[in-house]
Amino acid sequence: MTKHLISSADLGRAEVEDILETASSMHDLQRREVKKVPTLRGRTVINFFFEDSTRTRSSFEIAGKWMSADTINLSAKGSSTSKGESLRDTAMTVDAMAVDALVIRHNASGACQQVAQWVRCSVINAGDGTHEHPTQALLDAYTLRTRLGDLDGKHVVIVGDLTHSRVFRSNVITLKTLGARVTVVAPPTLMPSGIGAWSQADGFATSWDLDPVLDGESEHGPVDAVMMLRVQRERMSGGFFPTPREYTVGYGLTRDRLDRLVARNDDVLVLHPGPMNRGLEIAPEAADSPQSVVLDQVSAGVAVRMAVLYHLLAGDDTPAPTPAASPVTDGAAR
Amino acid sequence: MTCPDLSASAQSSTDRSSIPDDARDVMTEGDVSRALRRIGHEILERNKGSEGLVLLGIPSRGVPLARRLAAGIEQVEGHPVPVGELDITLHRDDLRRNPVRTAHRSRIPDGGIDDKVVVLVDDVLYSGRTIRAALDALSELGRPRAVRLAVLVDRGHRELPIRADHVGKNLPTSREERVHVRVAEVDGLDVVRISGGEAR
Amino acid sequence: MNRLVIRGARLLGGDAADLLVEDGVITEAGSVSAPSGAEVLDADGLVALPGLVDLHVHLREPGREDAETIATGSAAAAAGGFTAVFAMANTNPVTDTAEAAERVFDLGRACGLVEVVPVGAVTKGLEGGELAELGLMARSRAKVRVFSDDGHCVHDARIMRRALEYIKPFGGVISQHAQDPRLAGREACCHEGEVSGRLGLPGWPGIAEESVVARDVMLARHTGSRVHVAHVSTAGTVEVIRWAKAQGIDVTAEVTPHHLALTTDLLLGYDPVYKVNPPLRPREDVEALRAGLADGTIDAVATDHAPHARHDKEHAFVDAAFGMLGLETALSVVSDVMVHGGLLDWADVARVMSTTPARIGGLAHQGRGLAVGSPAHITLVDPDREVTVDAAASRSRSRNNPWHGRTLRGAVEATVFAGRLSHDARNGAGNRRELTNATTSGADL
Repeated sequence: MTKHLISSADLGRAEVEDILETASSMHDLQRREVKKVPTLRGRTVINFFFEDSTRTRSSFEIAGKWMSADTINLSAKGSSTSKGESLRDTAMTVDAMAVDALVIRHNASGACQQVAQWVRCSVINAGDGTHEHPTQALLDAYTLRTRLGDLDGKHVVIVGDLTHSRVFRSNVITLKTLGARVTVVAPPTLMPSGIGAWSQADGFATSWDLDPVLDGESEHGPVDAVMMLRVQRERMSGGFFPTPREYTVGYGLTRDRLDRLVARNDDVLVLHPGPMNRGLEIAPEAADSPQSVVLDQVSAGVAVRMAVLYHLLAGDDTPAPTPAASPVTDGAAR
Repeated sequence: MTCPDLSASAQSSTDRSSIPDDARDVMTEGDVSRALRRIGHEILERNKGSEGLVLLGIPSRGVPLARRLAAGIEQVEGHPVPVGELDITLHRDDLRRNPVRTAHRSRIPDGGIDDKVVVLVDDVLYSGRTIRAALDALSELGRPRAVRLAVLVDRGHRELPIRADHVGKNLPTSREERVHVRVAEVDGLDVVRISGGEAR
Repeated sequence: MNRLVIRGARLLGGDAADLLVEDGVITEAGSVSAPSGAEVLDADGLVALPGLVDLHVHLREPGREDAETIATGSAAAAAGGFTAVFAMANTNPVTDTAEAAERVFDLGRACGLVEVVPVGAVTKGLEGGELAELGLMARSRAKVRVFSDDGHCVHDARIMRRALEYIKPFGGVISQHAQDPRLAGREACCHEGEVSGRLGLPGWPGIAEESVVARDVMLARHTGSRVHVAHVSTAGTVEVIRWAKAQGIDVTAEVTPHHLALTTDLLLGYDPVYKVNPPLRPREDVEALRAGLADGTIDAVATDHAPHARHDKEHAFVDAAFGMLGLETALSVVSDVMVHGGLLDWADVARVMSTTPARIGGLAHQGRGLAVGSPAHITLVDPDREVTVDAAASRSRSRNNPWHGRTLRGAVEATVFAGRLSHDARNGAGNRRELTNATTSGADL
């Protein structure tokens, strides 16, 4: 396996399938009385969060602990401004503590990729700006596969604020890797720039119009799953759409839309990465419907992150790196 | 990422890759089947019947062997014996030395293992480290009344104080030799071969 | 008397000739017999250009002397073949008073490697609110003629109009950093397109530049004053300028070497060395910029040399400082892309890198060609020498060099500023060991 998990594109199909297979054994572990395995004993994993995210952080923390790794949470909020310490210095400082992995959440796109070039430990992207969130895509794929089986040829529709969504960017990659067909739907103001060339190159469909897609009338046909993305509060006043009410009418998974989906396919799945804006992008009836797998997604989060930690960290026997060679330690070593 | 081959590690005594030409047969199909039949009888004898027995195969080749033992016991006893599989990947102590293996799900029979007599089934007993890992994995799943060990081949060279209760064949080997176990369910044929080391 | 003979250079890429320089003035051209005591520079096979003039550099002094000083920036300029550079006003304090302008001017003269011409701020503190002391800067010892809030756009149309009207009497020009802050805010850092979409970086759409340029050419027409468009980066802007020039509007424009050669896809690795404002654009824009420079729509090449300390670049991409080094590599890039690309000849390079920028900036004594009687600002170029750029070898105090590791065809061999060698590539800057005096040289010949 690659040393880092920065982008969903780092993983080929066999790798994704291995991780998901391992995740299912981890998922069993979660249901047991004793949830701990000794697999990563002696390994140190730092959850380095430059941006608040209780869910993702605690999910990684539990994952590390159940694997017997020493997990430490560092909050570095605010230290990323150009006035403060540089990202490189911050990353090198932590790396010098001879850790095995950095799980990084950062409000800036690309931060994890940059850090990976500077440090010796493994870097796991726990969400970087509006770029990617590969473990979210893996847990979504895990959830989908648990219900739908093999995703080859399955049609997944992703709806919402695509421009600012790292969940969308990672999901479209992982879903395509697993052979699914993907349609993304958003108002023109929330479509990422260059989506035309991008979707053509990567083989997914786009639409501004939700209803025909949900009704199975788009190029990818009947729908197997719908993933609703969160609309951030700050977008509501950002001029991306006139009012929340208008957004819901155009792009929300309303009760009526859910009924029509279910009428066509009782086994359709509804996903949402959370936290949900009930009544905005997703109606309560849809969020709480039998089709909703929102809680399955949360539950899969720990298992998938355990699997990722396992695949990145378990096999490597390179000794823990010594801190950045200062003349003093160098001399002492000799 | 390396696509993990479940039995490709240096520590493992079996090997899924092709068997070298100089390999010699040490157990034929008939030998394997007779050994399993005998082990089945021994288990029943030791346990005084099939009451409370649970057979757990250790992947990959321990699993079909456990199923065959269970089938044999069922023939004798007239009712099925619970059989499952115990994945030990997460408990191995050689993880750092080898390419990462995909962890698989353990399949524990419905009745669980608490207060049962668990018979672990594997193809080859060598260093004993696999069984150590299996015991650890087992302790997290419950508290059996007793744990026993059945193996098709015991090739010696233990590194831990572990001993098999039921052995298909004791096979004296040198460390340089490799033991290749093939079972029909995985490999299409039943055979045990040995290769490498000095010709004897 | 200080005498220098440049022997055998191809003037503007044409026929080979000798040049005699006496006390900072070209006194003879053609076949020169070296007077005794004169230093001789063998320029066989080299192209002689009038000293290069850069309308757009950031020298960071005062305020960020850890990133660059007027001394290190001057050395980099001389090494790049420049004899005059216009130092942008976004220092700390901002060059928005006569005193601040004179300080930069004096520091440049003290270094003596290149003429450092201060650019005055258009608005106080570059804040876009009130006019800076444009007239006092113009009347100062520094004789400021170019005004710019570069780094910021003069986005308020009323301020832009007043500034254009006010500078007209003393022949000033406003160099506009065209960026509509509503269409491309402070965070905008990647050309808006497929790359920014994939990378999740805030987009900097071409329209944010084009709409401001369109407005400004109309303001130039309305006021009859001069607008200069800094660092043109899009095909759309080239079209607007082409149209404006066809209308007879007094507008000029510059393009940077990096916008002539580097493209958006370099950002795919999130390396902040490629973060620059305006951002690197796609291939189509690069082609339009080259064509615009070749057909004269774009008047000049300017580097936008923007040194930054390492710790200001080693942030997450959106947080890192904008800008890249350019002084030492500009001529090589233009040579590689435009001359060897068949789009310009060396006389054209003299026009876009010396004569025209000197005229735009109001420097009567620079960019005068190589005629007898002209001030001796001369750049000697080896048109075919390949250079592989090494960031560590830079004279600049900073290392944010996007050209590092690239091989470019064409290199500055020596620079003569006011009759004296300010750079000699074969011996290191300011080192004259290779120079032989006329008697020895004469004997060799």
